[in-house]
Amino acid sequence: MLHEMIQSLPQVLIDGLTLGTVYAVVALGYTMVYGILQLINFAHGEIFMSGAFIGTAILIAFSSMGLLHSIPSILVVIIMLVVAAVLTGFLGMGIERVAYRPLRNAPRLIPLITAIGISFVLQDVVRFIAELAKGNYIITGPSLFTKQIHIPTSSISSVFHDSSFKTSFLLVLIIAIILMIALDFFVNKTKYGTAMRAVSLDRDTAALMSINVNKIISVTFFVGSALGGATGVLFAVQYGTIDPYIGFILGLKAFTAAVLGGIGNIRGAMLGGIILGILEMFAAANLSLLTGGVLGAEYKDVFAFAILILVLIFKPEGLLGKPVAEKV
Amino acid sequence: MSILEIDHINTYYGGIHALRGITLDVNQGEIVTLIGSNGAGKSTTLKSVSGLVKVKSGSIKFKNQDITNKPAHETTLLGMAHVPEGRRIFSNLTVKENLLMGAFSVKKKNVIEERIERVYDYFPILKERLNQKGGTMSGGEQQMLAIGRALMMKPEVLMLDEPSMGLAPIIVEKIFNIIDQLNQDGMTILLVEQNAYQALSIANRGYVIQNGEIVLSGKGHDLIENDEIREAYLA
Repeated sequence: MLHEMIQSLPQVLIDGLTLGTVYAVVALGYTMVYGILQLINFAHGEIFMSGAFIGTAILIAFSSMGLLHSIPSILVVIIMLVVAAVLTGFLGMGIERVAYRPLRNAPRLIPLITAIGISFVLQDVVRFIAELAKGNYIITGPSLFTKQIHIPTSSISSVFHDSSFKTSFLLVLIIAIILMIALDFFVNKTKYGTAMRAVSLDRDTAALMSINVNKIISVTFFVGSALGGATGVLFAVQYGTIDPYIGFILGLKAFTAAVLGGIGNIRGAMLGGIILGILEMFAAANLSLLTGGVLGAEYKDVFAFAILILVLIFKPEGLLGKPVAEKV
Repeated sequence: MSILEIDHINTYYGGIHALRGITLDVNQGEIVTLIGSNGAGKSTTLKSVSGLVKVKSGSIKFKNQDITNKPAHETTLLGMAHVPEGRRIFSNLTVKENLLMGAFSVKKKNVIEERIERVYDYFPILKERLNQKGGTMSGGEQQMLAIGRALMMKPEVLMLDEPSMGLAPIIVEKIFNIIDQLNQDGMTILLVEQNAYQALSIANRGYVIQNGEIVLSGKGHDLIENDEIREAYLA
């Protein structure tokens, strides 16, 4: 049994890493907003979904204009990413302005319920538009990057099987990593990133430093949402078919990843996402093996979440989270 | 000439009437202290000036400009800095980042450098701790960082909220020496304190606040001699 698990390991790692980076980038949006407002922005999954739809709309528009063959695919993806990121960034900023800011001083539960409401609104608005435009809310865009790449991992050691992936996997992985590195740099090395950390630590004192707290919160929503929207594009490129409800489960898992890493902690969200992705793919590949065929691959989420619960029992603040301590 | 004029302000926290018609003024170049016990309204007065809490009535003028209910990120641009109670340094940010946040509104790199150098003149210890996280420093060092951070804004008026809180007497002495030094270098200071003796001994003038009202005011050394004050705060 162990032998078979090791054989499939390279493929599990490749798939898990790719899925994990998607979770990780979406998790960043949850963790940034939580860090600054202590709000769980449940609408973030729907921002991701909106990004997927915006990207696919651009792709379909390009394809109907016959441009897909004349422009290199990578350029098309970059255009999709940039447009979707900017639009979802403004979407997230707008949501904060109209739905969360008026509730800034309300008890925590109230903006949480509002966030759930916003996510229903976004699902239905996107569904309405998709049906209006295409007659169906399940949309399949033209495929890009479909070439299969084989890696002869068996030549490293005979205990491994060969592994393979679509070129789009590579694209997702590379872009997600670039996004994470860029965000890490922004938050840790730039003036606005430092201001963001300052606001999340102490809003009143940040205001005394001439920092416009509302502006920083808007920037946070813009950046977090833009990352979510861009990941939506990556998801659409990877899987081809999207519907208005893809944000729900993925958002839930990304949120879980953020909690696993320690909510409010940016590097924690990245780590949590990648761990969750690998766990899930490991379960998908090995679950029926481990349980003698009783539980199939479709129980992968149960396995991943069970591990997660275990981690949180022993480390409730998350892997990289710090126990909350007040110092006067 | 008055640089800061507070005129009959009333501030509420929900139903609680925290400030009941406070009137005070600070002249250019003075150290003015506001003393009183816990919950008297000292911090609320500072927060009302800097804009962290809203006043319901009355007016606040800074350099003859009405700043009543202006938000904190705007009042601090006009030349006042507020060092909050409990220092409130950004614990997860390094000392350097804390200082840079003080100069958030400054765009020019060389101006920031100049101001950091000036902060080092007052607090040489900060230079040695630049890359340390603010929250890992001792209380006295944190207070120095909090004042240093405020100096990065190059304020004309520095408002200090209980800088002596929770510090050993020898550190308090040190902090007050620096406050005195800052004043001699031209800084106008509004000092809120529970440590009445220390505060009055460096202040030009003082106000005593009780239950949200000014009950007594006068020259620093007169207040130290005052029997009521002696009984209530200096015993």
